[in-house]
Amino acid sequence: MSTTTERTEGTRENRGGLRALYAGNAGSVLSRGLLAARSSTWVVVVSGFFEPVFFLLAMGYGLGTFVGDITLDTGQQISYPAYIAPALLAVSAMNGAVYDSTWNVFFKMHFGKLYQAMMSTSLGPLDVALGEISYALLRGVLYAAGFLTVMQVMGLNQSWTAVLTLPAVLLIAFGFASLGMAITSYMSTFQQMDWINIVMLPMFLFSATFYPLTVYPVPLQWLIQAMPLWHAVELVRNLTIGALDSGTALHVGYFVAMAGLGVILTTRRLRALFLD
Amino acid sequence: MPEPVISATGLTKHYGDLVAVDGIDIEVAPGESFGLLGPNGAGKSTTMRMVGAVSTRTAGELRVLGLDPDTHGPEIRARLGVVPQEDNLDTELRVRDNLIVYGRYFGIPRAVCAQRADELLTFAQLEEKAKVKVDDLSGGMKRRLTIARALVNDPLVLMLDEPTTGLDPQARHVLWDRLFRLKERGTTLVLTTHYMDEAEQLCDRLVVVDHGRIMAEGSPAELIRQYSSREVVELRFGASRNESAAEQIAGLGDRIEILPDRVLVYAADGEAVLEQVSRLGLHPTTSLVRRSSLEDVFLRLTGRSLIE
Repeated sequence: MSTTTERTEGTRENRGGLRALYAGNAGSVLSRGLLAARSSTWVVVVSGFFEPVFFLLAMGYGLGTFVGDITLDTGQQISYPAYIAPALLAVSAMNGAVYDSTWNVFFKMHFGKLYQAMMSTSLGPLDVALGEISYALLRGVLYAAGFLTVMQVMGLNQSWTAVLTLPAVLLIAFGFASLGMAITSYMSTFQQMDWINIVMLPMFLFSATFYPLTVYPVPLQWLIQAMPLWHAVELVRNLTIGALDSGTALHVGYFVAMAGLGVILTTRRLRALFLD
Repeated sequence: MPEPVISATGLTKHYGDLVAVDGIDIEVAPGESFGLLGPNGAGKSTTMRMVGAVSTRTAGELRVLGLDPDTHGPEIRARLGVVPQEDNLDTELRVRDNLIVYGRYFGIPRAVCAQRADELLTFAQLEEKAKVKVDDLSGGMKRRLTIARALVNDPLVLMLDEPTTGLDPQARHVLWDRLFRLKERGTTLVLTTHYMDEAEQLCDRLVVVDHGRIMAEGSPAELIRQYSSREVVELRFGASRNESAAEQIAGLGDRIEILPDRVLVYAADGEAVLEQVSRLGLHPTTSLVRRSSLEDVFLRLTGRSLIE
């Protein structure tokens, strides 16, 4: 006769609190990523840097000759390349961060069994989540920093506040990497992974990247304003043209929330998958 | 008696409606070499995962190194070495880096990790392969590297889930030799296997698990004594005659088992049984007297039908 008692659901959720989730050692996960990156193909990494540069040349300087200068809401007049460059910067931060946090995470999760191995050490799911997200955002930051230099050289930064683009890009990449990893952790097939691309391409084209949001009917504007890339584009554009307003704080808040949500979801999912 | 490193009472795990582990009681003493034997799907791996603090129990009590895995998972895992059933080496890193990086996951300083990595490469006979990619190692080498990796945090308990499944005989013997050395050094070993020779080689004590429950417990010799006879006589009369011959020899030995291809007689003295058989005027096409093994115990306890 069994004398054991079924434990209540409540105790399962609260087991060990933060100590059971986090060993304070996310750094070891990050440095593992960097070490593994040494063996990856640098051509792929470098090509990611050139992508926004090509867009800037073709759209900004090529197509831009037909567009002329842009008059902003603030009355400020800027060249077309200076209008789209910050958007391309935000996009490259997004692409870089999403690349490592989606496909690479998917492979490590399902084929490499990397997280299973990590979780049998004293690492907790939060260590793994933070370490992997930090690694993923590095690529986004790297691309963005490179492109910011290009912008500076081409005279597209209109204000000293452009310096703040770097921390802003860090936040943006963190947001995309953490949400990307969270979403990926729920995916189990390649077909599902394709949905990420299906969402990202229109987001890239329509998030006030190449023309202002005002061309759309109002309901569509709301939809786009709910998307993360629009906030990223606006935040970076505010900083590079030096037009900070209350919206800037909102954009920052959006990404802080997105990053937090991503970390929480990823941690929960990793725990559910590997510490069942 | 020293405090057990693992103690479980009524340990239970459900996955939805499936009962993977159904009230298991285990106690493992420090330095002991403890085996979980059972067919596939018996609940061995699930038990290992619960003890390894990577799976939560549905019910029952569990203490590993005196701690509750539910609340002290990271602390417990810090002092365990885990060799999973399928190798999960980091294929993006080279052999030596696998050991160093894994050590870093435990928060061990890099210099210490590097020194241990070199010692463990020697232990695992992989010094030559330090800079090689993991994918270029043979199955046996990968397994040895996985074991070396599990030792990088100097664990009190080494947990091995089917350590030699899928390896060729040479590789298995090399591995057993390494595990035996660890045992001699006083490392507590907990292993699952469905190889009886492995259990006899390595385990001081073992439990036979089937359908999530413990069917028997003891040292290999005790189990053989309790659940089998000292010797087994294998008689082959030809597929068509086995049944009728078995009727004639009924009563010989302790127990008779009829299989499609042969008749087994469990007895203390196999040669005596063989003489009685020929005195009955029966002439098997082949006969064999052998010592009873853990395999006989295993098959008796878990049945011969295939579980899939």
